[in-house]
Amino acid sequence: MSENAIKTDVVIIGAGPVGLFAVFELGLVDVKCHLVDILDRPGGQCTELYPEKPIYDVPGLTVVTGQELTDRLMDQIKPFGAEFHFNQRVDSLERLDGGFRLTTDADTVLECKVVVIAAGGGSFTPKRPPLPGIEQYEGTSVFYSVRKMENFKDRDVLIVGGGDSALDWTLNLQPVAKSLTLLHRRPEFRAAPASVQKMYDLAEKGDIDFKVGQVTELHGENGQLRAVTIKGADGTFEHPTEVMLPFFGLTMKLGPVADWGLNLEENLIPVDTAKFETSEQGIFAIGDINTYPGKLKLILSGFHEAALMAQQAHHYIYPDKKLIFQYTTSSTSLQKKLGVK
Amino acid sequence: MAKITFIQNDGTERVVEAEPGMTVMETAVKHGVQGIAAECGGACACATCHVYVDEAWQAATGTPEQMEEDMLDFAFDVRPSSRLSCQIKVTDALDGLVVRIPEKQF
Repeated sequence: MSENAIKTDVVIIGAGPVGLFAVFELGLVDVKCHLVDILDRPGGQCTELYPEKPIYDVPGLTVVTGQELTDRLMDQIKPFGAEFHFNQRVDSLERLDGGFRLTTDADTVLECKVVVIAAGGGSFTPKRPPLPGIEQYEGTSVFYSVRKMENFKDRDVLIVGGGDSALDWTLNLQPVAKSLTLLHRRPEFRAAPASVQKMYDLAEKGDIDFKVGQVTELHGENGQLRAVTIKGADGTFEHPTEVMLPFFGLTMKLGPVADWGLNLEENLIPVDTAKFETSEQGIFAIGDINTYPGKLKLILSGFHEAALMAQQAHHYIYPDKKLIFQYTTSSTSLQKKLGVK
Repeated sequence: MAKITFIQNDGTERVVEAEPGMTVMETAVKHGVQGIAAECGGACACATCHVYVDEAWQAATGTPEQMEEDMLDFAFDVRPSSRLSCQIKVTDALDGLVVRIPEKQF
């Protein structure tokens, strides 16, 4: 076991509603968890895609929004002190003697006995505009995020999009870049009005260039972008640039999970319906990411799967202990764990 | 019932019966029309059910509301006829509607 690794019973990949409820079910059987999520906050699709939208099929709650359900789950799991690693994606999984070692793209190393994949539709990754040949420029001229601002120092930068990422990076990179152009399909923005105002002020002073239009073609060679073709309201023209930063939101991709040696069926992970374990002992899959006969992608199904998974996970973590089934309503020991007794 | 014609980027056409009250996206998904991903399930949160409404039908389908217009920022090759099909409700008045599916939904 490596020295700087965080050691825990279970690592849950994905902090959506099902991953969060797994903390509860595992907590009731004395299993400690760490969660890793690529987003910067809990809730998964519920908070990323529809925080304000109503959900009508969570038992006992006539209507609840994605954000409220997440807040309630966070409150419900508070007694179990799970630890969160946000803005990180689990990139590799290695098998150890009696467990697993997971390493994230932020170099966090976690060692655990059980892995629970609750990754929903996969990890949220930036959308790649379907421009022919864009792959060859990625990492050299086309970037979907800014890791180091100095990479853009003294370069001609084109930012595409109209949300907060596009506007924030326009404002932040303008002092660094040689030239900066913001391209958006319309003069209205969904980004914070204050940022939009600042951008228009910079454009007025001539510090940046704001254009209305859409990129239709990329031009360059050997991974080095030279120009893009822009279709604007007044026609099509070529715009010279060395760097393009497209900000078109996020989409879900299965990601590195595909390389962990698990059986897969059309990007879903088949599990048994007694334990929700994958083809690999000690690796479970719950929620939207799994598949089995009759599977429904419902939050409530994920909750059920979490409860059954926890029984088997307990068995792996405490092989000598017999688990006695108890109700939270009447069990003194469960109520102690919940901090209500 | 209303008939809706979905035209793929390669020109292939598919005519399906739509139930008034459902959305054009739901109709497409129900009939397995290719090219309507509807990743978010109709929450106007993903822009993967992008369609181009035939010119003759633009008045009948109306214009996008603010939220839909914002979400169209996430679509590729947006045109004046662009709509998110999860935001078009089928009515009897839309019997005969023609929509085109973009080459890619991102």
